[in-house]
Amino acid sequence: MSQQSMIRADAEPASHHHPDPKRVGDRVFSGLATGSGVLILVILALVAAFLLIQGTPALLADPAKLTAQGYGPFAEWVAPYVFGTLWAAALALFLAVPVSIGIALFISHYAPRRLAQPLGYVIDLLAAVPSVVFGLWGAAVLAPAVQPMWAWLNANLGFIPLFGGQASGTGRTILTAAIVLATMVLPIITSLCREVFLQAPKLHEEAALALGATHWEMIKMAVLPFARPGIIAAVMLGLGRALGETMAVAMVLSGGRQISFQLLTSENPNTIAATIAQNFPEAFGLKVNQLIAAGLVLFVITLAVNTIARWIVARRAQYSGAN
Amino acid sequence: MSKRIEVTDLNVYYGDFRAVEDVTMAIEPKAITAFIGPSGCGKSTFLRTLNRMHEVVPGARVEGEVLLDGENLYGPGVDPVRVRRQVGMVFQRPNPFPTMSIKENVLAGINLNNRRMPASEKDALAERALRGANLWDEVKNRLDAPGSGLSGGQQQRLCIARAIAMEPQVLLMDEPCSALDPISTLAIEDLMAKLKEEYTIVIVTHNMQQAARISDVTAFFNIAGTGSPGRLIESGPTEKIFSVPDVKATEDYISGRFG
Repeated sequence: MSQQSMIRADAEPASHHHPDPKRVGDRVFSGLATGSGVLILVILALVAAFLLIQGTPALLADPAKLTAQGYGPFAEWVAPYVFGTLWAAALALFLAVPVSIGIALFISHYAPRRLAQPLGYVIDLLAAVPSVVFGLWGAAVLAPAVQPMWAWLNANLGFIPLFGGQASGTGRTILTAAIVLATMVLPIITSLCREVFLQAPKLHEEAALALGATHWEMIKMAVLPFARPGIIAAVMLGLGRALGETMAVAMVLSGGRQISFQLLTSENPNTIAATIAQNFPEAFGLKVNQLIAAGLVLFVITLAVNTIARWIVARRAQYSGAN
Repeated sequence: MSKRIEVTDLNVYYGDFRAVEDVTMAIEPKAITAFIGPSGCGKSTFLRTLNRMHEVVPGARVEGEVLLDGENLYGPGVDPVRVRRQVGMVFQRPNPFPTMSIKENVLAGINLNNRRMPASEKDALAERALRGANLWDEVKNRLDAPGSGLSGGQQQRLCIARAIAMEPQVLLMDEPCSALDPISTLAIEDLMAKLKEEYTIVIVTHNMQQAARISDVTAFFNIAGTGSPGRLIESGPTEKIFSVPDVKATEDYISGRFG
């Protein structure tokens, strides 16, 4: 989305066929708009350049040298963290998306107005809580609280591989971290979805109702299909935050380097962001390059996620109702 | 498949505001009844009480009776969803579902009630409805294309096809031509003349020539002023209303000497 608005800002002066030198306001404003658009591109380019320049030494280094002076051969070293990042984010979205869509639908289509407004504010407030506070809450309150539940799941449903293994005694597992992450991405997804749901055309809602649709059928026919691209965009924004979130994971999880789908054990995969944060203070030399290269990997993952989201949204553009 | 509607002492309220006051009238089957009147006179609101669509607005309520062949639409235990399956509606602006293809649009109502209908039967029904809406020849080769790709007039006929695919007892049309060009309007009017052989049709229109051209019965609604409720001034055979109405206000409105 930001990319689109950037392109528009860039294109604006070109589409001005009759520039009038006297209109100072126009020129100042178009200059400012173009400048802002260019600025964000420049910042992005600088970040990418930093990651490439500082990370490349680790990518090109002899694996033996990395083993001696760094954390070990790069691909082998980074793979578990890539897995941890994706796994934690996927879990968080799995928990957050249905709840978010539910809350958003409740606010936009079910709740009486008196309740909908305050609820909307509360959700937005949730987004204002600093991530370190969520991390503290997760480690100090949530983990001990869910530990008995995790133990129960492990004891009774342990035959399902997800719940297998040796249950953690502290409750500080990847599932707990995913809950904290889900709480953090929930307000983003909810408020975006709510906005999109509220924009669903009355015209189509009435068309559905007039055909004898129930309230829920109307939502399925007129609201959700209209909101689909918006929901995907919201989920991707949430995913972006979940992928890059550092503090919550770092504080809840004592992550390691295993690739494991087990949710309840104390042997948990760590995420790229948390790994960088935890190791950077005492890193030097090649280790620094290696951590930055991990940052580059995270950057690429996020970029890929956004591209895929864009592609999904564009694929059904002709059915989106924009035409 | 058409039923007679009898309305007795109908009052429509939005919260404390009375939008329509004391309407009593009968709407005959297999005929076109046109509602005319100035903006805000309650004719669209009244139309929407005939399939309980006005209830979509929070705080809307109704006093009085609407009988569909003797059955009160506002009786205790009557589900508005059921009512709307019997009383179809076409809106002012064409509103095919943008995420659905032409065929899916036609079958949208059927898919709500009767998912188990075999595909061949659905295809036949879609064809019948599209033929009924005089649209088949124009879309038969692109049934799977999005409905929103059609022209405005075609979209409106698609919406009519969607409504008649439900085989309703009554078809309500709320200014169905006001967003269309004259050619498309003519196509819809021709279609209505054909549809009235099977359905009870009620149309709200701002176009008096249209009311005169197509309707059998005309009902004139008016308001005394802003904030006062709309009332049914008179209704009767269209030729009579347009030549020798009983009430002066009707004559003034029809002859353009209004206000």
